[in-house]
Amino acid sequence: MKAVGLVAMGASWGGLHAVETVLGALPEDFGVPIVIAQHRQVDSNDGMLVRLLNARCALTVCEADDKQALDPGLVLIAPPDYHLLVERGAVALSVDAPLNYSRPSIDVLFSSAAHAYGDRLVGVVLTGANSDGALGLAQIADRGGTAIVQDPETAERREMPDAALCATPDARVLALAQIGPVLSQLAGTGVEAGS
Amino acid sequence: MIGEAHDESRERIEIDLLLEAIQRRYGYDFRGYALASLRRRLWHRAYGEGLETLSGLQERVLHDPSCMDRLLRDLSINVTEMFRDPSFHRALREHVFPLLRTHPFIRIWNAGCSTGEEIYSLAIALHEEGLLERSRIYATDIDDGALDRARSGTFPLERMQRYTENYQRAAGSEAFSSYYSVSGGLARFDPALARGIVFAQHNLVTDGSFNEFQLILCRNVLIYFGPKLQEDVLALFGLSMTRRGILALGRKESLRHSTHADEYEPLVERERIFRRRR
Repeated sequence: MKAVGLVAMGASWGGLHAVETVLGALPEDFGVPIVIAQHRQVDSNDGMLVRLLNARCALTVCEADDKQALDPGLVLIAPPDYHLLVERGAVALSVDAPLNYSRPSIDVLFSSAAHAYGDRLVGVVLTGANSDGALGLAQIADRGGTAIVQDPETAERREMPDAALCATPDARVLALAQIGPVLSQLAGTGVEAGS
Repeated sequence: MIGEAHDESRERIEIDLLLEAIQRRYGYDFRGYALASLRRRLWHRAYGEGLETLSGLQERVLHDPSCMDRLLRDLSINVTEMFRDPSFHRALREHVFPLLRTHPFIRIWNAGCSTGEEIYSLAIALHEEGLLERSRIYATDIDDGALDRARSGTFPLERMQRYTENYQRAAGSEAFSSYYSVSGGLARFDPALARGIVFAQHNLVTDGSFNEFQLILCRNVLIYFGPKLQEDVLALFGLSMTRRGILALGRKESLRHSTHADEYEPLVERERIFRRRR
């Protein structure tokens, strides 16, 4: 298996707590960039989400700028009302029409990341009350990437994890508290780095 | 896996050939566009045409100009709204208009105006600040169809509630509904707003500088360009600006990685409004 090059996460309803839990479990030396599409209000333009996450996790979190480089351990979050896409080594933004009423769309993020990173990508679907991310996660798995889904039993809303599991039945199902430690392991920074 | 890698490079070849075909046949050059969005849009058109490969799209585009029209629309339409990012429009009034006011004639370029939502927002704000009469606004886009819609000054009525909220948050001082009349599900904006607007086709990739402006607005257009093309367009803007001209980019667009960064100072950093140092 190739070394992990990127982690892509998608979250919707209840996502703030879930994202915070996952990121909070990652060590300061987590050596892989992370991109996140979290559904939120178009007008939530105050950087509150970013401030909150920075206060509660060891990694640096910022709202993505166009063409910002994907540096190890840097967490880039899709700005409200933009799609976040992945190019090789950097992100790109778009204001194309919302997909399934969502901008950012998790599917858009996952699909572009799968294309750019192939089997070096880990995709994570967290809590949510819709089915965004299901198609994208299947594309990640198709290209040899690692698919992880939050155990629907531990999700604030289970619709999104359920839909992801329906599209990718072989995905790894993990309780919310386990996701961070497993990501550390995959990235080779936690205990028992896998090879 | 070898098969995967092979598919990947095959698609890359298909994209390269398609873009070259478009460039040679129609003169539109999309080769410097950012790949991730471009790829999505190309596939969107391919599926829309009932095609399963980008090679198939290449064949149809070469033989059927109407397919090129549809593709061009897919590649160029930016979905926007009136007074998008109200805080940006407030910053225009508070920090940019006072600088424009010092000029007897005001020249503004809205590059990549798409269907015109931003240009009408700007015209309304200029009108309320008493500057519209002496302003000439060039609204350009690559897509003729989008320009026609922009020229018509009509927008879907169902969007007016949202635009009204934006307008109020952008420090609008009138009743927003006083700027349009309603007919058949459309809001038609007062033609007086468009009197000083020149709509023209202009391709940022292949066309040159055509005037000097005190203010250039180019919001959420550069995000579709790759780094090299972004540099070229920023150079074009430099050539198209008066001394101490102002450049307004999208909320998440930056000059940070550009070789042109030193030529500008932030005017309103948070809103990505920059001013030339000289």
